[in-house]
Amino acid sequence: MKQTFLDLRNNLIEFLRTFGAFQLFFLRLLRYSPEILTTRLGLVVKQVHNAGAQSLVIIMVCGLFVGAVLALQAYSNMSKFNAEDWTGVAAAFALVKELGPVMTALLFAGRAGTALTSEIGLMKATDQLSAMEMMAVNPVRRVLVPRFLGGVIAMPFLAAIFSAVGLYGAHLIGVEVFQVDVGSFWQQIQLTVEISDVNEGIIKSIVFGVAASLIAVWEGYNTVPTAEGVGHATTRTVVITAITVLVFDFMITAAMI
Amino acid sequence: MSFRLSFAPSTDLADEKLGENSENLIEIRALKYSRGHRAIFDGLNLTIRRGEITALMGPSGTGKTTLLRLITRQLIPEEGVIYVDGVDISTLNQSGLYEMRKRFGMLFQNGALLTDLSVFENVAFPLREHTKLSNRLIRHIVLTKLHAVGLRGAADMLPAQLSGGMARRIALARAMVMDPEILIYDEPFVGLDPISLGVIVRLVRRLNDVLGITSIVVSHDVEEISAVADRSFLLSDGKVAASGSPDELRTANSELVRQFMHGMADGPVAFHYQAPGYEEQLLGRDIE
Repeated sequence: MKQTFLDLRNNLIEFLRTFGAFQLFFLRLLRYSPEILTTRLGLVVKQVHNAGAQSLVIIMVCGLFVGAVLALQAYSNMSKFNAEDWTGVAAAFALVKELGPVMTALLFAGRAGTALTSEIGLMKATDQLSAMEMMAVNPVRRVLVPRFLGGVIAMPFLAAIFSAVGLYGAHLIGVEVFQVDVGSFWQQIQLTVEISDVNEGIIKSIVFGVAASLIAVWEGYNTVPTAEGVGHATTRTVVITAITVLVFDFMITAAMI
Repeated sequence: MSFRLSFAPSTDLADEKLGENSENLIEIRALKYSRGHRAIFDGLNLTIRRGEITALMGPSGTGKTTLLRLITRQLIPEEGVIYVDGVDISTLNQSGLYEMRKRFGMLFQNGALLTDLSVFENVAFPLREHTKLSNRLIRHIVLTKLHAVGLRGAADMLPAQLSGGMARRIALARAMVMDPEILIYDEPFVGLDPISLGVIVRLVRRLNDVLGITSIVVSHDVEEISAVADRSFLLSDGKVAASGSPDELRTANSELVRQFMHGMADGPVAFHYQAPGYEEQLLGRDIE
């Protein structure tokens, strides 16, 4: 009993210590961000390309099929009430407010997040970060901040592209397959989806972008510098990002309803 | 150059005022550092003189690389002080530390080249980060350094395309590109073919003499390091076991020094890690 209590206490202390270090790490990234955005924009652009442009194919393919599935589900249920024209609206709401940002964040964690963690982890394992330190170059400023900013900037664009391609997928199923009137399909969306709905999606994608990028660079920077350590860090990036995104999604949705 | 061979270097240093002797570039006193429960250094005293090539030698696991990391404050000691050019490095803030590190060049054991940059950009990296030199001048400096290590022709290659020896030579070019005052080499001779080895050994000596810098070399290669070092320290059990010129170490009476310098299997340093009896283990008696 006493041992269990001691273990719990030690785990709690360790958690608080890690959480505190995580917050300080976030503040360090924020501290250097304005300077990097103004003086080393090229580094950030390169990372936007790595995290964003190189994730485009997976985002577009997934967006297309998610939109198509939404349209299938919406049509099959709404046709029972002769409300087929609302197929596009259902898909649009789901994509813009929820699935666009959430699915993009999850896919980002799997593609760009793991790449960031393993790249930084391997740099640590092969002494590249130590070499930078020895060359009087701050690796947080030179390596981590551009990668963090690259992810934060790329995420809203990826989420927007996911939603846009998803809507096209819904159009393909609703209009081309089930012959919903094309005018009604798009007009209902235009009349029903408001700018506040789009804003909710944008806010979510920015928050998820910060969370996913922060977790990825944190895990990479704190990797145990071994092959096994890098593997564990990469796994943790996906798992922690997925949980964080879903928890934040609930909190933001609850706050904005 | 000759030095008194010493087997008890820690006792006669206690009264010396740290950081005031201009001949001493790095002074380490009463250094303690542990990894987990294992003490790596337990009261280490060591002085590195300005303008010399100092060799740090010792059996595997004695903390030679760790000592380099402590000197450059990549690691922080539990106790003791390290003075670099009269400054206690533990008192430096981050910008002060970075200013100090600009005076260092370090060759890492594995090269530690930045894998997303070409060989040319790796060598140019410190120049681009710390100077506003024109691209033309940077190109000139980088090609000069690459030529010195014999790899000017590899300028456009990526680190992944290099052999281990080539990577280390590129890392040496990068370490000296800012013309540092102190060059630190961590196992510079490992993996080099005989031709490259000879060139690098001579380069270490020439850089030190021509540029008037101070060099610290961690190496197991007794022959090579003896050819260039002015003074050697043999580390064992967390302390300096012996120090002196390579010749003095080679002719020393100490069993430990003799074993290390002549590569003998039997001596104070056991070749085999602690284990049950060989016969008992082979016959399975240790698990009965």
